[in-house]
Amino acid sequence: MLNISPAEWTAVLLSLKVGLVATLVATPIGIAIAWLLARHHFWGKSLVDAVIYLPLVLPPVVTGYLLLLTFGRKGLVGGWLADHLGIVFAFRWTGAALACGIMSFPLLVRPIRLSIEAVDRRLEQAASTLGAAPSKVFLTVTLPLALPGILAGMVLGFAKAIGEFGATITFVSNIPGETQTISAAIYTLTQVPDGDMAALRLVAVSIVISLVALVVSEWFTRRATQRLHGI
Amino acid sequence: MLRVDVYKQLGDFAVEVTFVSEGRVTGLFGSSGAGKTSLVNMIAGLLKPDRGFIAVGNEVLDDTLAGIHVPPHRRRIGYVFQDARLFPHLTVMQNLHYGRRMNGVVYDRADQDRVVALLDIGNLLARRTGQLSGGERQRVALGRALLMQPRLLLLDEPLGSLDSARKAEILPYLIRLRDEAGVPMVYVSHDPGELRQLATQVVVLQHGRVATFGDAGVLARVASAG
Repeated sequence: MLNISPAEWTAVLLSLKVGLVATLVATPIGIAIAWLLARHHFWGKSLVDAVIYLPLVLPPVVTGYLLLLTFGRKGLVGGWLADHLGIVFAFRWTGAALACGIMSFPLLVRPIRLSIEAVDRRLEQAASTLGAAPSKVFLTVTLPLALPGILAGMVLGFAKAIGEFGATITFVSNIPGETQTISAAIYTLTQVPDGDMAALRLVAVSIVISLVALVVSEWFTRRATQRLHGI
Repeated sequence: MLRVDVYKQLGDFAVEVTFVSEGRVTGLFGSSGAGKTSLVNMIAGLLKPDRGFIAVGNEVLDDTLAGIHVPPHRRRIGYVFQDARLFPHLTVMQNLHYGRRMNGVVYDRADQDRVVALLDIGNLLARRTGQLSGGERQRVALGRALLMQPRLLLLDEPLGSLDSARKAEILPYLIRLRDEAGVPMVYVSHDPGELRQLATQVVVLQHGRVATFGDAGVLARVASAG
């Protein structure tokens, strides 16, 4: 049962790499957007809100197909990136990371937004009377107090990213060693005779990864509450 | 010298206050809802007057006619809130030095020791803020405001959330602060007793306007009239 083959390891490690890169790139963007949504009112705010949560409700195939149209080699953005910056997403692991980052973005942003909203604005006011410019207030008060929520969002986003299937397979296909993540590998194994044991091994691995992510996320959330009470 | 001449509409309530105070401690007296906190927030820069003028010494902080509104972080006015507002993610020591760091004031061990001794908080420095009593929190908040070397100190009912035993614990520190620190203060309270002990000049606010202005003696008249 635990004899995980090299091919299966490749899928597991690729998933971890894709999930990690997707989360690390999405986090600063997520923090910026969460802060905008938590602290500001602007024209079109509810539209931005809706667009962020769209991947959660759209069929993943639709998101993947839209990514293919936009970021594929002949896509508007993808063509430009390939010609000018040499960045190619189509049928590469980077494309898988892009798809996973977008699909997990709602889960990443939500805890960050909630934790920024929970930061007492009176503390931010106190910081400004103590001489902190708005950027310093954000860096020295808002961000540290929201940090456990940010980490919780990253963990949730990461867990979602490594499990992503529909958008990824639509956008970058199912290429072993390049774009075949755990989910795609399990799907492939269920399509071949005698694939069950291998599929179950990967199922066990993904259950373990997801459980660890949830436990870690829960711990960070608890820590956030304590931190806001100065314990 | 503190010069205030402001108007601010807040819903159906308006604050319209004019006074010039030369005092070391300017007391702002009034019942709750008289506009004391709104006025202090305007002096701190947290609230922008609709029209008017605020100056500390020679520096104009607000002048709506000239389009001047210095943001709070550039005013260098220490503000001690009723609820202390210590930063929960920092230790007492880190809280104390926050304002100093943000204002680029060079670390001065002697200054720190003086403030710590004045407020008697030497045994609290390593603690987290959640482990402090109400009186301790207020003393740390005072120390934090003092270490930024403010040109003016605003104290908005700093004893308001404390019981009378705790009040008696803090009041001597405030009197020492007045006599030793040399920073002019604006002290907000609805307790005539506190102000009689602390204030050198008193502004009595009623419904957002100045009802009386004078030395601490005006409190006796307010008390007997009220």
